[in-house]
Amino acid sequence: MSGTTSASASASAVARPANGRRRIGSVAWHVGALLVLAVVLYPVVWVLGASFKPSEDIVASLDLLPAKPVWTNFSGLADGISDISIGSFFGNSLMYAGLAVVGVVMSSSLTAYAFAKIRFAGRNLLFTLMIGTLLLPYHVLLIPQYVLFRHLGYIDTLVPLVAGKFLAVEAFFVFLMVQFMRGLPRELDEAAKLDGCGHLRTYWSIVLPLSRPAVITSAIFTFINAWNDFMGPLIYLNTPSKYTVSLGLMMFRDQEGISDYGSMIAMSLVALVPVVAFFMAFQRYLIDGMATSGLK
Amino acid sequence: MTLVEESPVHAVRKRSAAPGAGRRGRRQENLAGYLFMSPWIAGFLLLTAGPMIASLYYAFTSYNLFTPPKWVGLDNFTTMFQDPRWQKSVEVTLKYVVVATPLKLLLALGVAMLLAQRRRGQALYRAAFYLPSLIGASVSVGFVWRALFSDDAVVDRTQKIFGIDAGGWIGNPDYVLYALVALSIWQFGAPMVIFLAGLKQVPRELYEAAEMDGAGPVRRFWNITLPMLSPVLFFNVLLESIHAFQVFGSAYVVSDTRCGPADATLVYTCYLYQKGFKESQMGFASAMAWTLVVAVALVTAVLFWSQKKWVHYEEAAK
Repeated sequence: MSGTTSASASASAVARPANGRRRIGSVAWHVGALLVLAVVLYPVVWVLGASFKPSEDIVASLDLLPAKPVWTNFSGLADGISDISIGSFFGNSLMYAGLAVVGVVMSSSLTAYAFAKIRFAGRNLLFTLMIGTLLLPYHVLLIPQYVLFRHLGYIDTLVPLVAGKFLAVEAFFVFLMVQFMRGLPRELDEAAKLDGCGHLRTYWSIVLPLSRPAVITSAIFTFINAWNDFMGPLIYLNTPSKYTVSLGLMMFRDQEGISDYGSMIAMSLVALVPVVAFFMAFQRYLIDGMATSGLK
Repeated sequence: MTLVEESPVHAVRKRSAAPGAGRRGRRQENLAGYLFMSPWIAGFLLLTAGPMIASLYYAFTSYNLFTPPKWVGLDNFTTMFQDPRWQKSVEVTLKYVVVATPLKLLLALGVAMLLAQRRRGQALYRAAFYLPSLIGASVSVGFVWRALFSDDAVVDRTQKIFGIDAGGWIGNPDYVLYALVALSIWQFGAPMVIFLAGLKQVPRELYEAAEMDGAGPVRRFWNITLPMLSPVLFFNVLLESIHAFQVFGSAYVVSDTRCGPADATLVYTCYLYQKGFKESQMGFASAMAWTLVVAVALVTAVLFWSQKKWVHYEEAAK
């Protein structure tokens, strides 16, 4: 936000020492940064290379990239696993993540609007409660929620996984949106009110559109969290045809024959693709969203 | 500003009544507030508060899902405290939290300070370092970790250069937990981004003044950077340690699905999962869950209490 001013300030601070010293400092900086980069990216490059290696080479060979790339791991994926096609896992994950995004965006933005823009009795207390749930270990909810959804007959469906998303249980996103909406100029909603807009109109046509950055950040984080979610599906889904990608991968592992190992690694790579793609397209939103969470 | 003037609704000015007029206005605001909040309130009651009370009750019962819960008083807690596997899970979890959290935050702070000196490529590095935080929780990365830390893979061969003959860490009960610690540290990007944002808010003048007074880089770090950054550090310590207490997926995926070998990665959640969902001992598992809640609450309380001593909140600035 204040990037330009601090950039010029630091530029003048850097310009002071002698040129030679500055060059050495710059080289050291890049060496350090590249070193960290190498460690950080090693596993990512590894999985990319490994998925084009024959199964028996994957663990044994230390070369990051295959000597002779093979496609068998990917063609092996086409057979699916235990009669379930790979597409089924991806479809289920997509359904889960899609519903989660819709739920979080709708419920969190409504709740955030109330916290940020409506003065109602008990608002501060509820806000404190909401922040409190951020720190609550989810374990304590795991068993009673399971009992509840079992009573309602929703085991082996997506309902237990997405119900909370439609009920604004993800306090982090509510918090993110409240912070953003509080920053919007008050004149806007006051003008709308004078013009006879009710809260629903103000929310829908003014505050929600202006909150787009916070909404996008929440949507992408939600998608990624649902896509990566392992424990939720592990507890609630029992039928392989309903498994998400995470559980599908575990099916590969459970029959970890050497012949399937390559396919397992290939599917790991494919499972990472949507997350990395979202990251590349929206990294600014994600990083800024993350950064503001710590600053209040 | 301009938005208001161009706004089409602005032209049709129907009501000129002052906003929030009188008691009726206030009641309407209350109604609107609770209507907007209703999804959250329903979620809070049904999925948070209600379950918390239910699990507190289950903690004092014997409950296997198929027959109604039977009150057993403190039995679950006494069995739990004497259970060697429970003790092991506490030990493993504490070790994980105490080793992984400081190392991760130290690396995050170090790299953030490196990146804070704006140079070319800073944004690119920042993005790349953040990537592991997004994918680290996935089963895919769990598999990659499993492979990298298995026999004869890269970690094994590297340690042999240094004369360590531990074999792959995955199969070695003395080492496997550190494979999980490494996975946690690898995801230093999220706290790093928060540190970086905090560093940007430290006023430059402070450094310039200190430099003029002859303070070296070490003094400047201890007397300016660290105090100014302490609220952000507090936030990171709180969040990261609470998350570390709850680790599950990486233990289940990276080590074997029984969180072994020899219970070496039997983190608290893993044991809770085994007790609750594999052995259907819902009462025992609930007692475990509540014990964890109390432990995390204590840690949080101690952190909040200690912040008076070391967290520096800037009041007048800005």
